Amino acid sequence: MNHYAMEVEDLTKRFGDVVALDGVTFEVATGEIFGFLGPNGAGKTTTINALIGLTQPTSGHLRVLGFDYPADIPNAQARIGVVPDESNLYPELSGLENLRFSAALYGMPAAERDSRALSLLERFSLADVKHRRFGAYSKGMKRKLTIAAALIHQPEILFLDEPTTGIDVGSARQIRALLGALNADGVTIFLTTHYIEEAERLCNRIAFLVAGKIVRIDDTERLLTEAQEGSSVTLALDGHADAAARIIAEAFPHLLISRGNHRTLTVSASGTIRLTPLLRALDEAGIEIFEARVVRSSLEDVFVRITGIEAREMRAANGGNAQ
Amino acid sequence: MKTAIAFWAILKKDMQNYYLKPPNISWGIVFPISWTLMFILRARGEPVSVADVLPGVMTMSVLFGTTSMLAVTVTFERRSRAFERLLLAPIGLNTLMLAKTAGGVLFGFANCLVPIILGAYWIDLASVHWGMAIPAIALIAVTSTFLGLCIAVSVKEVFEAQTFSNFFRFPMVFLCGLFLPLGDIPALLRPLSYALPVTYGNDLLRHAVLGDGVIPPWISWILLPAFTLALFAFSTYNARRNWIS
Repeated sequence: MNHYAMEVEDLTKRFGDVVALDGVTFEVATGEIFGFLGPNGAGKTTTINALIGLTQPTSGHLRVLGFDYPADIPNAQARIGVVPDESNLYPELSGLENLRFSAALYGMPAAERDSRALSLLERFSLADVKHRRFGAYSKGMKRKLTIAAALIHQPEILFLDEPTTGIDVGSARQIRALLGALNADGVTIFLTTHYIEEAERLCNRIAFLVAGKIVRIDDTERLLTEAQEGSSVTLALDGHADAAARIIAEAFPHLLISRGNHRTLTVSASGTIRLTPLLRALDEAGIEIFEARVVRSSLEDVFVRITGIEAREMRAANGGNAQ
Repeated sequence: MKTAIAFWAILKKDMQNYYLKPPNISWGIVFPISWTLMFILRARGEPVSVADVLPGVMTMSVLFGTTSMLAVTVTFERRSRAFERLLLAPIGLNTLMLAKTAGGVLFGFANCLVPIILGAYWIDLASVHWGMAIPAIALIAVTSTFLGLCIAVSVKEVFEAQTFSNFFRFPMVFLCGLFLPLGDIPALLRPLSYALPVTYGNDLLRHAVLGDGVIPPWISWILLPAFTLALFAFSTYNARRNWIS
């Protein structure tokens, strides 16, 4: 058995003059949940497409389940499952027909197709709607059936591109629970997301991808420990957040400032934040502070520190919803 | 065996899902039926007979049926990204393309039955050389399907595929000897006629139905499979370039 489910070395992909991936290198261990975290356009989908054989890299080496690309792509494809960022099953077919068709694509005999499809419909709580057309499913149901279809041939690796984007909170939670259970069954999971909380909850390791480059890969636990070594303070102001941000930036250049709305600011640091001089500086500038709340640093703060990208901006750019 | 299961699943799904899609009905079924009726009704009087126009309408029915089908089966699925599922299946691009085109070939063949059935009402088809006509229809269906595939892999939208198809289909109606004898086509355009596969298929049908084809049949039997291979190779090359870039 391979220690690594996938190995990527110096992966580069150019589309004309645009460099989508620039020397990306990482490995994913067998049985792990690996998260690829980054804003829109960072190269997450391009990485997945290269790993599943839908994009030819400009340069670099890829090996999935011990199969070298591009020579052994069909062998690898027989043992991987893919959930794209959009549910892409056939709207005219029912849930059951879609799963039967997906099974047939992998050459399963008719009897096995039915039993496998029915057991997945049961597992994903879709048995009651198995005869309903896929086009008539809700977004959450569509997402679940798309994941079920990717699992029909019992893949060893499951690739998920933004699995919970655009669906309701309940369905997102259910999908996360299912992914956890699948991983417990031994499926290696490669997940791209722009939801930091999702990566924090699910992933064993996380890579931060920005502008086609990996800026950090680490264990989620280590990243969280690092986050907890830092501190953040959220300030509720009288409406002069811009001015306050300017004052803090000038007087305390080691602090990282993150804007909320025009009345709130969050300042973070890798160590302790001394509140007294901070509040005094704002008070002397005539800015009234209604509240100063110390908050536990999260993976989001680590992400902001590492990438310089506001997580809020990333969610907005991706059109994210409440998770 | 696994490949055969996947092949049949794709073919069956395409037949169930797409044969009655609106663009297929309008361009692939209604249009050839209308032309067939128009020509046959017109041909009941002098100077042309139903038999004279039958090979042309048969060819046209196959051409429009197959190209419309491919424009739908490939382009619809590319648009909805369902096609990615097929590209990810462990069946190889060539098998996938053959499975997608098989539905088009059968659709074209079935479409060709419309003018034959309608024609049988007015003329006696007992003299038709079916041993030549049936393989000729099959070859026209295959080459036209691959022509449709070439178009389908080059565009993104269904309407683009239909429009682009018309860019080829309508000139072919006039250039390939369907209703205008090859000898009557202006000399300047005649090389173009001989560069189109439909010309050879239609001429074989004229041999089979009327016995008045102008190209020796052996040339057509050689050239039609050659066109088929060339169009398939071009389509798969284009598909690999456009879809797995």
